[in-house]
Amino acid sequence: MIMARPKPIEEIIDEIKDFNKVLIAGCDGCVTVCEAGGVKEVQVLASALRLYFTKENKRMEIDETSLTRQCDKDYLHELLDKIDDYDAIVSLACGAGVQFMAEMYRKKPIFPGVDTCFIGVTEERGVWAERCQACGQCILASTGGICPISRCSKRMLNGPCGGSEKGKCEISPDTDCGWHLIYERLKELGQLDFFAEPTDPKDWVSSRDGGPRKIVREDVRL
Amino acid sequence: MNTTTPSKLEKILAEGHFAVTSECGPPRGVNGEVVEEKANLIKDHVDAINVTDNQTSVVRLCSLAACIRIKQMGLEPVLQMVTRDRNRIGIQSDILGAASFGIDNILCLTGDHQHFGDHPQAINVFDLDSTQLIQTVKLMRDEGQLLGGFEMKERPNMFIGAAANPFADPFEIRVARLAKKVAAGCQFIQTQCIYNMEKFKTWMQQVRDQGLHEKVAILAGLTPMKNVGMAKYMKNRVPGIDVPDEIIERLAAVPKEKQADEGIKICIEQIEELKEEEGIRGFHIMAIEWEEKVPEIVEMAGLYPRPTVEISAN
Repeated sequence: MIMARPKPIEEIIDEIKDFNKVLIAGCDGCVTVCEAGGVKEVQVLASALRLYFTKENKRMEIDETSLTRQCDKDYLHELLDKIDDYDAIVSLACGAGVQFMAEMYRKKPIFPGVDTCFIGVTEERGVWAERCQACGQCILASTGGICPISRCSKRMLNGPCGGSEKGKCEISPDTDCGWHLIYERLKELGQLDFFAEPTDPKDWVSSRDGGPRKIVREDVRL
Repeated sequence: MNTTTPSKLEKILAEGHFAVTSECGPPRGVNGEVVEEKANLIKDHVDAINVTDNQTSVVRLCSLAACIRIKQMGLEPVLQMVTRDRNRIGIQSDILGAASFGIDNILCLTGDHQHFGDHPQAINVFDLDSTQLIQTVKLMRDEGQLLGGFEMKERPNMFIGAAANPFADPFEIRVARLAKKVAAGCQFIQTQCIYNMEKFKTWMQQVRDQGLHEKVAILAGLTPMKNVGMAKYMKNRVPGIDVPDEIIERLAAVPKEKQADEGIKICIEQIEELKEEEGIRGFHIMAIEWEEKVPEIVEMAGLYPRPTVEISAN
């Protein structure tokens, strides 16, 4: 899932302070799960903004909504009838949702309300952690189901480096050494032979390095 | 033993001598003479001089330029290269540039994370890791090919080295990782600085059990302690360094003004002890900002004079 965190309210105030009527648009997808941009966060943000602008004696009308998914045109269409009632939109979707909204409503300023961070998991309530960098060519089959690209600070394919200490990464005692985890899991699975051979340089074309990416699947196109 | 490159370091190892290498850290500025001054301090006492590549992720005069200066002094540089800052295009380009100046040795490293340095905000590259850098140099040298498949008319003829840290975790994987570097084409190893001799010897036993000491020349890494403060710092703050309490206690037991001498003494004792360790083929003395002490260590450890070898023109 795509993980995000709410932007500081000062940043959002700065984005919208010159307008009079603003819609806060949440997304019921990933950002709801990571408690950054769902219905609940829309309500909290809208209330805080109303309070702020009332205190400042600034006329500001703030409405709330949330869409099933902002990365989907069908759901973005739901705003078609009311978008012109607003001077601007604050989207609490991930960066993809914000951009898709801006693509669809070209004349309307759309501002981001969250910082999109990574593809990850909910480790526990309030703790989200990265697990995938969407490199486009999954190697988990040979690394014990643990990704060195997202879990090793140097994305080494022949780790662990000399900075691995007591299971932790050299950059911080709070960061697990990805290769230590890989080694332990391969050992448990009886797959240490995966570790023996040097892994060749990776083809990063399928990653961000190949330019903006697109998947076109003829088998599912209409 | 046959040599594969024009490297003087390789030749000395092949003739069965203990090799002695040391390192120069380039300055954080444009004054390349600093490198020459440091090289002059140690040139008669070492066989080759490593030049660090933006070590600890602090921006410094580049390793390649400093190596060229050392080469032009008639000395033998070891080009340290990390994969943190350049992708495979930049790396291969620098290897070709280095070879064009007759730089015959390369030390392939992944490099410290930029988190430690003076530009923690920087992007890191890590297109390759150290093992893949070894593969790359070997491919260029032995197959005359670039990673992209281009066939070169002339090849960079480099003696390929890498680092090994016997003290990092998980300990049981350290020899397997060395084996991987050897399989990738590594010919010499300079180890992380050794303080925990017992653990190092355990590692060497595992190295011998796998016969790796016959496939790669292992140079034991040593860094003399200047004082007890440095020992404590290395123990507590530098990742991957194992400083036993005995070393700290021994330094703390002598007056402050004698601690440097004690640090040198420990280093010399370690060399004497490691000479007896099967599979140790030389010593890499990293006297950090203390290069002037290298000659004394080399002489006191019975490693002076350095052997002369005939080098074929390259």
